[in-house]
Amino acid sequence: MSEFLQQVINGISLGSIYALIALGYTMIYGILRFINFAHGDVFMVGAFIGYFVAPHVISLTGGSLWIAAPIVLIVTMVGCSALGVTIEKLAYRPLRSRPKLTVLITAIGVSFFLEYGGQLVFGPDPKLFPTLIPSSSLINTQHVVIGTNSIVVILTAIVLMLLLRFIVYNTKMGTAMRAVSFDHRVASLMGINIDSVISFTFVLGSGLAAAASLLYASVYPSINPLMGIFPGLKAFVAAVLGGIGNLAGAALGGLIIGITETFVSGYISSSYRDAIAFAILILILLFKPSGILGRHDRDKV
Amino acid sequence: MKTYSGILAALFTTLVILGCGGGDKGDEILIGEFGSLTGTTATFGQSTHHGLELAVEETNNAGGVLGKKIRLLVEDDQSKPEEAATAVTKLITRDNVKAIIGEVASSRSLAAAPICQQFKIPMVSPASTNPEVTKKGDFIFRVCYIDPFQGEMLARFMYNSLGFKKAVILKDVKNDYSVGLAQYFRQTFESLGGTVVAEQAYSEGDSDFKAQLTALKAAEPEAMFVPGYYIEGALIVKQARELNMTMPIVGGDGWDSSKLLEVGGQAMNNTYFSTHYSTDDTAAAVRSFVTKYSARFNERPDAMAALGYDAGLILFDAIRRAGNTDGTAIRDALAATSDFTGVTGSITIDERRNARKPLVILTVENASLKYKESIQP
Repeated sequence: MSEFLQQVINGISLGSIYALIALGYTMIYGILRFINFAHGDVFMVGAFIGYFVAPHVISLTGGSLWIAAPIVLIVTMVGCSALGVTIEKLAYRPLRSRPKLTVLITAIGVSFFLEYGGQLVFGPDPKLFPTLIPSSSLINTQHVVIGTNSIVVILTAIVLMLLLRFIVYNTKMGTAMRAVSFDHRVASLMGINIDSVISFTFVLGSGLAAAASLLYASVYPSINPLMGIFPGLKAFVAAVLGGIGNLAGAALGGLIIGITETFVSGYISSSYRDAIAFAILILILLFKPSGILGRHDRDKV
Repeated sequence: MKTYSGILAALFTTLVILGCGGGDKGDEILIGEFGSLTGTTATFGQSTHHGLELAVEETNNAGGVLGKKIRLLVEDDQSKPEEAATAVTKLITRDNVKAIIGEVASSRSLAAAPICQQFKIPMVSPASTNPEVTKKGDFIFRVCYIDPFQGEMLARFMYNSLGFKKAVILKDVKNDYSVGLAQYFRQTFESLGGTVVAEQAYSEGDSDFKAQLTALKAAEPEAMFVPGYYIEGALIVKQARELNMTMPIVGGDGWDSSKLLEVGGQAMNNTYFSTHYSTDDTAAAVRSFVTKYSARFNERPDAMAALGYDAGLILFDAIRRAGNTDGTAIRDALAATSDFTGVTGSITIDERRNARKPLVILTVENASLKYKESIQP
């Protein structure tokens, strides 16, 4: 029983990170109807921004992580948002009227560009990510251990998701995003500036990827330019599982994938972990292509 | 059509000229090195390269080999087996090297060995411990001990010296070295009377091990064996400590890297790993090597640096004894190596082209390495 509880905690902590990345996939799909395959690599760049920025911020704030960590988080989110908007402006916007497949293949190209460009700029060997969350155990019974890492990851993910929900459902920009996700042309006839809505979507999505990357790198402190590939793919599976285009679905999908992976590794064998994650993707596409929460008549972002 | 054949002919000529460009340019002997200068085990390749560079510089300063200077050509395999095969093919067919030194990782040596064997170019692996490596052919040598010995000694160490009877194993299933070491450890540990109460696996490049560790923790082990490489090793120990697994954790020589303590920090306390030599050794050869290496590269030499240095010196010694740079002659001379005094102990190449050498166990106390004990073969 205690082992089971511990595995659930491990799974939720991993799943929260997947959920944050999945939100970026799902929002961009909701607005533009294409999978931004470079999203996992924006996540990677986030980890490297954190890697370069954190030591300076920590020394400026005199080693107080309570102040330093949020500053690093904000800087990284701003950096990744800028990157996301730039990618959209340079690579996707010129192709917006082209078939979706063209944009999809461009996204794969951008992904490779970031991965191998990253190897060139940052070097291909793994780097040690500086400590932003001091690791100690908050709850420490004989059977179940909940570390500060897990708590910070889960809480940050919840706060960011609530914030996202507020932006999407309670602000003017959010309303515009939802309108654009229904129909570009009608939305633009209503006076909505499509370009700025799309840019804003990339700001939100990339910002969440940045936050996810810092959480991921704090828990697993070895980072390299190819680190975004697998979390990116898993988050993509999560987004499809939950119902692509649906925000709550992405969060739910992330948690399901995180917990499933943990259980497969813990109780069956880690060799099957990735296979099962992708088997879930195939099954979902076969039997419920719209995903768990995805329905065509729901409002999508 | 004529233009095309003209271009083709020109290309072909260029290739032939390039192809003949290498080899002995009068006063040089070309030696190829392939290693993981970048990638997941970058410190292995870099340390080996530094050790080897030192060996080349010393040999050349002392007049070279057979009256010629040694020139080292190095190729990076990015810690990938497929790149290792490409690198070795290039060194042999394009650069015409006379002998190859590499790799640390067994999976990469296993990818390269059949190519060296096919071209009859002697290959000396500094640190690949999987027994299969030298079985690839009679041109493949190594200057380190092999995993059946390492696994057995680690099992004995855990059972006898540390006094534990219940162990668990967490191995890297994608890695020949890790799988082999886990198997030999288990055999010996169980034959001594201990039990391996649970075994779990991961794949190189993973970063989340908490699921496996939680499952292992539930088996209530007294100690854990983690054969694998340093990045994963450090992450595993770190996450184990976060899960409140305070037991001793034992690793193999794949842990020997300065990155181990950099990533693991204080979490690495109460861990043990086997390696090939200790910088605390008072033997004259070790003292002089540590001094020269530290002066040249401004860092403490790890085991891979020492093995790279030894691999180089043994190869140059063999070329000297062979009297020429013919592959078969060098092979015969390498096979006859006996009681060579290296930094990592006295090296004798046996009939299976392996080295019989003592094993050193290091421990981590207060986030720094301490010499624990030496085990003779």
